[in-house]
Amino acid sequence: MNAFFEFFRVDYFDPLIEVASSYAADIDGLIWLVLLLVGFWFLLAQGVFFWFILKYRAEPGRRADYIDGKNKRHKRWITVPHLLVLVCDVLIIVVSFNVWYKIKMDLPDNPDGVIRVIGQQWAWTFQHPGADRELDTPDDIFTVDELHVENNRVYHFELQSTDVLHSFSVPVWRIKQDAIPGRTITGWFQPTRTGEFDVQCAEICGFGHGVMAARVMIEDEATHAAWVAANTPATAAAAAPVPAAMPATQVAASPAAGPASAPNGHGGH
Amino acid sequence: MRPIATTRAATGTETGKLAVWWVLASEVVIFGGLLASYVMFRLGHPEWADAAAVTNTTIGAFNTFVLLSSSLTAVLAHQAAERGDGRKAAMYLYCTIGGAAIFLGVKTYEWWYEISHGYTITSNGFWAFYYTAAGLHAFHVIAGAVIMAFVARDAAKGLELHRVELIGIYWHFVDIVWIFLFPLLYIAK
Amino acid sequence: MVEPAVDLAHGEAHDDHAHHGPQGWLKYLWSTDHKVIAMQYMFTGMFMALVGGFMAYVFRMQLAFPGINVPGFGGVSPGEYNALVTNHGTIMIFWVAMPVLLAAFGNYLIPLMIGADDMVFPKINRLSFQVFFVSTIVILASLFVEGGGFAGAWTAYPPLSADSTYNLTPLGSTLWVIGVGLEFVAFLLGGINFITTLMNSRAPGMRAFDVPIVVWMIVVASILFMLSVGPLLAGAIMLIFDQTIGTGFFNPATGGDPILWQHLFWFFGHPEVYVVLLPAMGVVVEIITTFARKKLFAYRTVIFTIVATGVLSFFVWAHHQFIAGIDPRMANIFTITTLLISVPIAELCFIYIATLYGGSIRLTTPMLWALAFVAEFLIGGVTGIFLGAAGADVYFHDTYFVLAHFHYTFFPIAIIGTFAAFTYWFPKMFGKMMDERLGKIHFWGTIIPFNLIFIPLFVLGMGGQHRRIYNYDQFPDIAGGIFQDMRELATYSLLVMLAFQFVFFYNCFKTARSGPKAPKNPWKANSLEWTTESPPPHGNWHPLRMPVVYRGPYEYSVPDREDDYWPQNDPDGAPLQVVDDDDS
Repeated sequence: MNAFFEFFRVDYFDPLIEVASSYAADIDGLIWLVLLLVGFWFLLAQGVFFWFILKYRAEPGRRADYIDGKNKRHKRWITVPHLLVLVCDVLIIVVSFNVWYKIKMDLPDNPDGVIRVIGQQWAWTFQHPGADRELDTPDDIFTVDELHVENNRVYHFELQSTDVLHSFSVPVWRIKQDAIPGRTITGWFQPTRTGEFDVQCAEICGFGHGVMAARVMIEDEATHAAWVAANTPATAAAAAPVPAAMPATQVAASPAAGPASAPNGHGGH
Repeated sequence: MRPIATTRAATGTETGKLAVWWVLASEVVIFGGLLASYVMFRLGHPEWADAAAVTNTTIGAFNTFVLLSSSLTAVLAHQAAERGDGRKAAMYLYCTIGGAAIFLGVKTYEWWYEISHGYTITSNGFWAFYYTAAGLHAFHVIAGAVIMAFVARDAAKGLELHRVELIGIYWHFVDIVWIFLFPLLYIAK
Repeated sequence: MVEPAVDLAHGEAHDDHAHHGPQGWLKYLWSTDHKVIAMQYMFTGMFMALVGGFMAYVFRMQLAFPGINVPGFGGVSPGEYNALVTNHGTIMIFWVAMPVLLAAFGNYLIPLMIGADDMVFPKINRLSFQVFFVSTIVILASLFVEGGGFAGAWTAYPPLSADSTYNLTPLGSTLWVIGVGLEFVAFLLGGINFITTLMNSRAPGMRAFDVPIVVWMIVVASILFMLSVGPLLAGAIMLIFDQTIGTGFFNPATGGDPILWQHLFWFFGHPEVYVVLLPAMGVVVEIITTFARKKLFAYRTVIFTIVATGVLSFFVWAHHQFIAGIDPRMANIFTITTLLISVPIAELCFIYIATLYGGSIRLTTPMLWALAFVAEFLIGGVTGIFLGAAGADVYFHDTYFVLAHFHYTFFPIAIIGTFAAFTYWFPKMFGKMMDERLGKIHFWGTIIPFNLIFIPLFVLGMGGQHRRIYNYDQFPDIAGGIFQDMRELATYSLLVMLAFQFVFFYNCFKTARSGPKAPKNPWKANSLEWTTESPPPHGNWHPLRMPVVYRGPYEYSVPDREDDYWPQNDPDGAPLQVVDDDDS
């Protein structure tokens, strides 16, 4: 079964948009599969359509046929293609299920790190776990609009919002997830290519939605370790971290308060 | 002159009656959407039962009784109209309107009591749904009663007696909505 | 929504306003004639199309040339940009596609095509337009109030839409909800008329399967609308309460849930797609059968297909919410239903193509529009498969791919479908023949730029460009290069397309002044509207000569007949039957 789904992993879209996460090739493969199947039907239908238009142009002296489409022999031309369309649909559904399961329903155990992503009008705050790879410890690193991850590591993310809906989207990873105030939504990613890429907010969130841009830095092990070392807060030894990097926003709730900050019930997802 | 279109009945059912049923179909989904939302919330918020405990089931039951009785008089009005007895139909319709008035009076007292005790629409989710759903229903009661007054005025003169049945169908719908609202807002505690 | 009950019950008399009603232009304002109301809807809708088109022009200019001083508008601030895209979407769907396709052509065609003299409830029909007109004023006013128009996208997701501390448009967002709510009430009133008129007022002899497909489609669309809009109306009440008196239906801080709105919205929003799609597909059926001189392939299958589509459309709504935080298992269910709905729609397209087989095709202007509808809508249809598969939607959601996809469905519906219908029924509506040459120039001048606007947007979406962002300079990966070229290409194409619309207006103007007079049946079509004068008089036919129907509407090129068409009311060759005409 795995070999079956492995077959559908491709990186053909890399020139347009980099394939930079473990499951990006799965999504691209699904897109490619759909493209092939619907492309076939599309070209077939358009071909027949334009062929008919050219072939059956009105000519003096020729009368149109009288076909009511009621008898089986004629209807076959509709029923057979539509059953074939159904078969194509089933194939797409099966592959889509696999991709969806991998990205959204399956959560790899024992991640190499957990990152908290907090959306607010109109900036992203990233809470990195720091050297101990655990959140809510004094060595957590807070950044605004700048996410640092290490290549080839499996990360979980905890997505939160402090005001309205946002959507955490990293096109090169093919990941997208809405952030909902009052909930923490957990997901995962595994970067597979170093570089610096866009993070976008994909859900309209008010006046500054257009400037809610961030960058993700995918670094190799040494670079990432150096970044962690350089940015670990000086107060890391103290009991309570002071998130100096916190942006001044009109939102009262401090995202630094940890999972309990999910305001009012509805924890989890 | 009526359009010829209005005089036709290809389905065999009077056009006015068809239209009332379609109006009700669209109303059903409005209340359906509201109540389905409420039920989903209620299942997710057991603590709303504390708020629901404040509602007065006895008064609610009384109002249910009033509304059911008013539906009965609406049926009697229809029977009278079938016999061609416009005056009697009008009399029964006025009884129905009286029922609506009692219902609304009791409702006003309830709301006054609850609001004066601090349970307003912004208090919490339960009260938001309580006032919105019951308010939307009360709006339908008021509108139905006003329409019924016009129908009764004509019926008393023996005019447009077929409308007595149509407003009756509408009234039963208003009644049925309440039959759903009462257990959901009052009894479930 | 209650008042209709009484008016419906009245079965209003339809006063002979030609003699007793107000005179002059007031006559048109207060007319209950279905044709006049249709025109009112159509011209309001076309005016709103210009408003929506102007908005598209402004934000496309801003996208291609960020910070430009747009001629006729000025600089575009982020807030203005959001308000423009929000109201462009709202207006194009609720104030253009629905009034023109559903209300205008529904009003115009239903009584004429089923051989009735008017709608069954003319006064409710008039009330429907009046409510719609008020809603139009409300939505236009909302753009100019303090704080600006609503800027939370046409989907109006709370908490952004529910709380003015987030959206910064306290008045605009409330007026927006009120405007949309009133518009729904108007279409509910109209829908009741459409449904009951078709059910009860068909001409003598006209059975259910003798009704032209376009009428079927409009009525099925009205039923879909009536059965889906209720939850959103309830949601609109909740949203207004959240906005104005501070309830917390959609506010997580008070136990509410923002996702609830998304369910209520899309439970309506998806059937709504079919509400506007079906009338356009019906228009196409009428036109391609007429100009291919062919009987419609498998009439009954078409009816069953649209009913199946309608039923299925109630079970696909959550495909708009795959990544919105719903239970991921739900996404699987909705992937299945969404891909299933491709089957009946594909079947409809196959039927249209099959209808052309063996035809005798004349490429008149309306036929070009109708064929273009099929060709372009196919693109919109097949790209929907990418989005219906949840796995791929993780990537495509809210990118320009989605945007291009639904413009490839809505543009064929609202623009191509409307031009097809308008040019086809223009001789009937205004009694003049339009200029074919100008019509074809306008056609090609619209279709080619249309594709050049939206094909680049597919590429942008595939490259990961998201919607509703006023300036892509913020995003280094997509700020320049091919992305900037594509954005400029789309904008230039839009300018060309808008410019070609002047050809259309010139054609209308020229035809109105000096066009040749239209005969009763210029296209030699079968359905009943072609059996009366062009334009039809008040009451459509002489009251004593109302049409009687003997056959279905698609009897073209019947063997052994001299003519290649056979009007529905032609008694010639009909089996001898006693027509039960108790109406006259």
